[in-house]
Amino acid sequence: MKTCYINGVSCISTQDTFDKDFLSEVTINETENVLFANQPSYKEFIAPAAIRRMAKGVKMGIAASTKALKEANVTMPDAIITGTGMGCVEDSEKFLKAIIDNSEEFLTPTSFIQSTHNTVGGQIALGLQCKAYNFTYVNGAVSFETALLDAKMQIENEDASSILIGGIDETGSHTIELFKLAGLIKKETGQPYSVLNPTSKGVVFSEGASFFVLENEKKESSYAYVEAVSMINALEKEEVESHIVSFLNANNLKVSDIDAVVLGNNGDVEFDGYYDVSQSLFNEIPQIYYKHLSGEHNTASAFGFWVASNIMKTQKSSEIVSKNHIFREKYETVLLYNQYRGKDHSLIVLKKC
Amino acid sequence: MSKKVAITGMGIISSIGNTVEENYNALVKGKKGISSIENFETIHKEVIKVGEIKLTNQELSEQLGIASDNNFSRTSLLGAIAAQQAVENAGIQDINDYRSGLISATSVGGMDMTEKYYYEYFKNEAHQKYITSHDAGDTTHKIATHIGLKGFVTTVSTACSSAANAIMLGARMIQSGQLDRVVVGGTDALAKFTINGFKTLMILSDTYNQPFDNNRKGLNLGEAAAFLVLESEEIVKKENRKVLAYVSGFGNANDAFHQTASSENGEGAFLAMQKALKVANLKPSDIDYINAHGTATPNNDLSEGRAILRVFEENVPDFSSTKAFTGHTLAAAAAIEAVYSVLALQHNVVFPNLNFETPMEEFDLVPQTALKEKPINHVLSNSFGFGGNCSTVLFSKS
Repeated sequence: MKTCYINGVSCISTQDTFDKDFLSEVTINETENVLFANQPSYKEFIAPAAIRRMAKGVKMGIAASTKALKEANVTMPDAIITGTGMGCVEDSEKFLKAIIDNSEEFLTPTSFIQSTHNTVGGQIALGLQCKAYNFTYVNGAVSFETALLDAKMQIENEDASSILIGGIDETGSHTIELFKLAGLIKKETGQPYSVLNPTSKGVVFSEGASFFVLENEKKESSYAYVEAVSMINALEKEEVESHIVSFLNANNLKVSDIDAVVLGNNGDVEFDGYYDVSQSLFNEIPQIYYKHLSGEHNTASAFGFWVASNIMKTQKSSEIVSKNHIFREKYETVLLYNQYRGKDHSLIVLKKC
Repeated sequence: MSKKVAITGMGIISSIGNTVEENYNALVKGKKGISSIENFETIHKEVIKVGEIKLTNQELSEQLGIASDNNFSRTSLLGAIAAQQAVENAGIQDINDYRSGLISATSVGGMDMTEKYYYEYFKNEAHQKYITSHDAGDTTHKIATHIGLKGFVTTVSTACSSAANAIMLGARMIQSGQLDRVVVGGTDALAKFTINGFKTLMILSDTYNQPFDNNRKGLNLGEAAAFLVLESEEIVKKENRKVLAYVSGFGNANDAFHQTASSENGEGAFLAMQKALKVANLKPSDIDYINAHGTATPNNDLSEGRAILRVFEENVPDFSSTKAFTGHTLAAAAAIEAVYSVLALQHNVVFPNLNFETPMEEFDLVPQTALKEKPINHVLSNSFGFGGNCSTVLFSKS
């Protein structure tokens, strides 16, 4: 069985993560309840006419995937697998609004064509002229993790030697308003929105795109390798600890083997209790959090994966992502745990190359 | 394929029947389920025909026995019905007695409710329960909860090939030993969103769709859900399961030609079929029946036909598109056609390609137009979608 190495990474987020060194320029915004992506200039990635036509998610996806491929020095991957929780919200909203506002008349197909969930994966394939396997997963907070798991299986079983994976979610103005209505997004009051000491329900909502190149061989550019990925649709808070322990056992690991745990706390007072397991299981090891930087969306966990990958590569964590101010000399084995509203729990183990 | 992936249960609801048996009876009797829209209002009501399931959401909820104040979208309701049937058909008492998963596919998710209440949500609090039913993943979560599954749950959305890809991931997970059992399939309800979308692309027929006919005018949209229970050989032996058929091969490739149109020579489709045959270790001549994607759009049938000719050359096996029966059910299409492929294997029949009159002028390909009985050991099922997504799944006799 082959090993699944992370050989290229790229991240577009609410922070300046695309061009700058890892977390070298980050700011914490605790006053706004929706954070938008800090988009790069797309000029070197996309033709000017296409820049105007494409939705934000597609553009972020193309730019981030191009950069990740370049870092891994891969020109043509054997598969492209994306994950997106909400899909192409911008074009979906545009087309739906046109249907309703014009009573199903005078419609043009462009936004419909670009509204399917696999638009980003399809556009990347089109750009690369990549005729390989092309999948898109759309299951809330495990959309990216399913892409990761699929890729890992294919690399390990030698069905593919290099795979591009990514998590993309874009915002849409109407969807944001609906999410506010449904209480998914924090109310405009009650700032600062603290992720670690939450006082209110809902999340600070956001968007972003993170891409990774996974390969079956170690390279100069390698960040870490993916040891295990697991997900479960739902858990009660009191089940989390035993679930994590049995996952570690199934992968021949003990809690004491873990050098850091990367947690998906998003500052929702109703659901962050799921991460209380950090106190019981992981109180002596470095705890890392990241959604105070990225905000929350279905594929924010891909940002977490990017943070973890960088920590593994540099063997250094940073105060800004440290939850308990514990650091280690070495980060050999890192565990990631994420969930959203008690659903879509994912566990990932990364190991140092 | 290294490890065998057995199909031990299946369930379906479509415009030609609410059970596997009803679907089979309609297929052998040549009874199509294409009609005018009754369940919701659209200005296209009089000009298009669809494969609509003639049950209201309330009737579907009652059939499922779920609370009347539920927030299931129609996509979830249809999916839950088909998944429940599949689990029962497999004879599973406790869905969690083995490492089980659910992989569903959908393109519209809860769009039917979103388009109904898009502005209403701001005025009427009672509707707001549907806001969180919009995303595709919610559909799958509801189905998982309905069948009591606690485990691996995910969703595929690659437009009209989605369910084929759900089957593919499921088969891969059993083969790699990640799961012992996985319920795979897809569900999509009719929505104004897709009706208007395909309308703007000018590929909706104003009459009954005619796959592979020279004068085909486009597709009829449909709605459906279907699920298969895939189990490992270990479960099959231990539980003494009746195996309906095996998933023997699969392949996915990208046409990399255009966001919506298929390439002239059907490159993606050709690659998908070729990959699936390779995975199954079968030769083209081993295939007894092709359940084609055959949407009856000018572009698809030409591209698919050319791809079939490239793979099978002079020896194209019997083929038909069952979309003249059901309409194009988008993300559910490959799931209902997987059920039809298994039925073809079980009953040794090729289902007819209805409404066919005139062979296409571009090539010499004539689908099977009448029910044909003959031994069937291997069925190849094609599904292609937007984004150049091309998928082939092979089913083989148990």
